[in-house]
Amino acid sequence: MLINQDEIKETIEMIQEQRLDIRTITMGVSLRDCVSPDGEQLTENVYRKVTESARNLIETAETLQKKYGIPIVNKRVSVSPISAIAESSDLDDYVPVAKALDRAAQDIGIDFIGGFTALVHKGMTPGDIKLIDSIPRALTETRKLCSSVNVASSKAGINMDAVLRMADVVKETANRTGDKDGIGCAKLVVFANIPEDNPFMAGAYHGFGEPDKVINVGISGPGVVRAALEKHPDADLMQIAETIKRTAFKITRMGELIGRESAAMLGVKPGVVDLSLAPTPTPGDSVAQIIEAMGIERCGAPGSTAALALLNDAVKKGGAMATSSTGGLSGAFIPVSEDLGMAEAVEAGALSIEKLEAMTAVCSVGLDMIVIPGDTPAETIAGIIADQMAIAVVNKKSAGVRLIPAPGKREGDRVTFGDLLGSAPVMRVNNFSCASFVRRGGRIPAPLTSLNN
Amino acid sequence: MKSKAIVTVLGKDRVGIVAGVSRVLAENNINIEDISQTIMHDFFTMIMLVTVDEDIISIANLQDKLNKLAQEMSLKITVQSEDIFRYMHRI
Repeated sequence: MLINQDEIKETIEMIQEQRLDIRTITMGVSLRDCVSPDGEQLTENVYRKVTESARNLIETAETLQKKYGIPIVNKRVSVSPISAIAESSDLDDYVPVAKALDRAAQDIGIDFIGGFTALVHKGMTPGDIKLIDSIPRALTETRKLCSSVNVASSKAGINMDAVLRMADVVKETANRTGDKDGIGCAKLVVFANIPEDNPFMAGAYHGFGEPDKVINVGISGPGVVRAALEKHPDADLMQIAETIKRTAFKITRMGELIGRESAAMLGVKPGVVDLSLAPTPTPGDSVAQIIEAMGIERCGAPGSTAALALLNDAVKKGGAMATSSTGGLSGAFIPVSEDLGMAEAVEAGALSIEKLEAMTAVCSVGLDMIVIPGDTPAETIAGIIADQMAIAVVNKKSAGVRLIPAPGKREGDRVTFGDLLGSAPVMRVNNFSCASFVRRGGRIPAPLTSLNN
Repeated sequence: MKSKAIVTVLGKDRVGIVAGVSRVLAENNINIEDISQTIMHDFFTMIMLVTVDEDIISIANLQDKLNKLAQEMSLKITVQSEDIFRYMHRI
């Protein structure tokens, strides 16, 4: 047999016991050809383009899932930023476009559609303002739509007017979905240096540098990495990095194969493989537990940032060897509610927002799926967002903030969102005010690192 | 179009597992190129390399047929295109 039996067993064990899966296949669809001055015509164009482009996405994913015996968990579509697509229309707000996207998503059977997006890191156009104003209603009145707003970049700095406005939007979205603990905010992310080819929600959108249609794949596999580490309890840190690298290579190869084949079957361009280790709320499928497998008693204890840096770098090194088309966010995700180990670490008192913020300096995502008390002032939320944006801007990396101020909930209460969104305790927020700072408005200039041309 | 696939069978040992799996394969004109089988901790494990003529049956449909057998005999049977193993473990 050309392929070694142990390798066959290893692959099957990875899929069946360690929950290795392809996290997401995302078709990026450009809506630039949908623009119309007539709002009704625009929404119709948008609906038609999405449904026609991604009609066979589910079927393709299911065929590949069976052919290779690997689960493909989420099928998604990302579209051009709606702020730009809808700007020349006569619509007063963009909720009708949001609904058209949602209807398209439901009709083709995908899990999420992203791209209710505006890029406002240097300033806002009338279309951007309309989009941002529409977000709370759009997210309340749709089921599958995700929204993102880029408020900062390493070349432009941080648009603090947008940060404060987004803090209000987060609060309003939470309040409108208060009967479900503010779940609307799980579909909204505030970004710095947003990548144009990211297949992960809520930050997925189809960038202006992309082809008309493209297939991006997001891999997963924290369970596989943890299992590999647990086989070598006496390994030193160099050996741990080596083990993670090898594992990341194998996981990424699978993503590369699925990405290439699905793109060919759908007749569109293959895009990127996002090398992210994305956890789920299922026991074992946790980034926190990888850190703990390295010898940290609870994620958040001293040493956690160093362990995460090692993990993140090793994943990138292994993955970069496995595919030449890396993109998206590519690194370890550390959401709280979506990662059982993270949620448990918060409950045990090991992990605070401040420690998470430090950890985001060395990994990919940012402050993700963090539930905070419902009465947290908008200014404080703006301060938390601004801190994260500053880390991203200065370090020339991507970062998002997905905070959920759960209405009526206090520190220590628990909220459950279900499915992939998981469950988490409400985290403590520093109560000292930053209101005078964030209300100053204006823009925090780009750091000198912007002059690296 | 012919393509290679790996069939793996796992379950409690009993009479007729090899016969049952081979019968389904034969009925669909699938040639077995290599077969290895062992008992590990009372568990029967078998790995087969087969050639599937996808003009006759797709790997996905074959999986459906083998799932039926797996249910009848309380086994776990997977069919996967050989590419996944080649891609994962070879550059």
